[in-house]
Amino acid sequence: MIKLRLTAPAGLIFFFIASTCTADWSGNITLEGRHFSGEAASARQSNNNISLSAEPEFFYQFPDSRDNIVFTSFARIDQTDSERSHVDIRELYWQKIARDWELTLGINKIFWGVTETIHLVDIINQTDSVENIDGEDKLGQLMAQFSLIQDWGVIDFFILPGFRERTFPGEDGRPRFTPFIIDTDRALYESSDENKHIDYAVRWSNSIGIWDIGVSHFSGTSREPRFIPDFSNPQQPVLLPLYELIDQTGVDVQATLEAWLLKLEAIQRSGQSESFAAAAAGFEYTFVGVFGSSADIGMVTEYLYDERDSQPLNDDLAIGARIALNDVQSTEILVAVLTDLDNQSNSYFVEASRRIGNAYTLGIELRGATNIATGDPVSALRQDRFLQIDFSYFF
Amino acid sequence: MRKKPFLPLLTGLLLSTSLNPVYALQLDGLTPEEAGLKIAAESDRRDTGFGNSTANMTMVLRNRKGEESVRQIRNKTLEVPGDGDKSMSIFDEPADVKGTVSLTYSHGLKPDDQWLYLPALKRVKRINSKNKSGPFMGSEFAFEDIGSQEIGKYAYKYISDEVYNGLDCYIVERYPQYKFSGYTRQVTWIDKAEFRAQKIDFYDRKNALLKTLKFNNYKKYLDQYWRAHTMNMVNHQTGKSTTLRWDNFQFRTDLTERDFDQSALKRIR
Repeated sequence: MIKLRLTAPAGLIFFFIASTCTADWSGNITLEGRHFSGEAASARQSNNNISLSAEPEFFYQFPDSRDNIVFTSFARIDQTDSERSHVDIRELYWQKIARDWELTLGINKIFWGVTETIHLVDIINQTDSVENIDGEDKLGQLMAQFSLIQDWGVIDFFILPGFRERTFPGEDGRPRFTPFIIDTDRALYESSDENKHIDYAVRWSNSIGIWDIGVSHFSGTSREPRFIPDFSNPQQPVLLPLYELIDQTGVDVQATLEAWLLKLEAIQRSGQSESFAAAAAGFEYTFVGVFGSSADIGMVTEYLYDERDSQPLNDDLAIGARIALNDVQSTEILVAVLTDLDNQSNSYFVEASRRIGNAYTLGIELRGATNIATGDPVSALRQDRFLQIDFSYFF
Repeated sequence: MRKKPFLPLLTGLLLSTSLNPVYALQLDGLTPEEAGLKIAAESDRRDTGFGNSTANMTMVLRNRKGEESVRQIRNKTLEVPGDGDKSMSIFDEPADVKGTVSLTYSHGLKPDDQWLYLPALKRVKRINSKNKSGPFMGSEFAFEDIGSQEIGKYAYKYISDEVYNGLDCYIVERYPQYKFSGYTRQVTWIDKAEFRAQKIDFYDRKNALLKTLKFNNYKKYLDQYWRAHTMNMVNHQTGKSTTLRWDNFQFRTDLTERDFDQSALKRIR
């Protein structure tokens, strides 16, 4: 961490007596290695991959502490997949903070939701799915956000110009959810404005006692595309992502009891042919100081439902455990198994991380699938199970 | 620099002594439980009215071999009349947790409300308050040691008097009344002159001596509020220890309720 305290120029000292502004650089550089133990679906794919990424962040606070500027960029160089080598501005915004409102202009990342194994309600940012298949990495989204902060909750209004297409692994990339290539250069749009369509969103949220509640509505280009097969080159059929105009209403609720967290996320979406509902509901229970140690185990169980049969997680049960050793190195292990209740297909992951010294972390990740029924949407994952080791330096 | 006149200082000292006379607390005729509560209430009363405060905390963790590991945390506290304090902790070091922020609304016996901001996902998570006994940031301080010490969280019992570090002290035992504590009891040494905690012995669930916390370098702010600048916790069962060093205390800053809500949690750095 480099911390600079910039004193205002001499001429301004008259106005900002004894006040200083804060400027702060931080970030991380990560070296990642992946090994795929299964046979590659395509000869162009490889069993091993090395990748290097960097995410520097700059923060500047004006002397009145009521204005901020944040800039976070991301870059990755990937050994085999040219689609995964990419640069993105995750955040570049100016924020004004007043007594009962806040205004944010620029590129930002917004998270909505409460569940752990799926993020149904979260819709503002596009998924950067070349990063990982867990859907947790997001591309920066251009926005104007106005937040009204009142006793009865917070209302956020969003104007979202400039749609971002979802990233997908290229021909050489692994893991891939489909054996077909997704041709991101030929994305299709329902709106004639294509990626210039302006989207809108609004969300009310509040904490009332043990309840944390959010209700949201989004109107605009779906972040999640449907796929249209394209056989124009019969030698190599591809999938074209189709981004339609949707309306999505979402609810997220969490009840926080002493040892239990009860969670629910539900959405209703229209605009992608038939309208449908999807939901995730579950609980988390924490065991503290297990076996006389200082470790905690949080047991997570979530049921995932989607009216669309084509979805990989349409009638699935996720069971997981988060183990925190609470040691000096902050060792954590997250294990989860997702079981399709229709056909008993399983997918699983293990994520473990540990600090080394004061500025480095080591991570291990394992993802795969077993007992896959033919035609199950996660079938590609059986072939593309992988072990990842990553080493990060933080500054 | 102007030389300070000697006499007013002395008068001030005498005045404050007469306003807060030593042995002002009348414990005669009280049961040990009533006396213990009275001492705790006096200690609490003297720390009431500070409004809000900010401070920086450096945590040095030491294992049995003497190897050290450092954490840097900035703290903000807002006094809430009639309820527990609201507090925010901003983690600066180690660098991999930089940007993590916790927000706590503490209550008496009712479980605290607690949120955590995770910067990588930009996610605010409401967390439960069951983990009282677990280590805070891998240190020898448990979450319940770090949290706001509301008077209603314990039952008290006055034991005896003892001179500790040259200070006349009350020895008061306190018994956690909130759920999920890792302790059966805590033995506290509170000095009679200023009602500051000087030392705490922590006894685990088996009633064996687990840890000792010693408070040092007390400084007075706003002519009333004493703050220890060094707190040293030693774990007798593992040989590990943690030192908290506090600096840059500020009182009655321009912080308001708005600096302790979820919007603030998301944007604070």
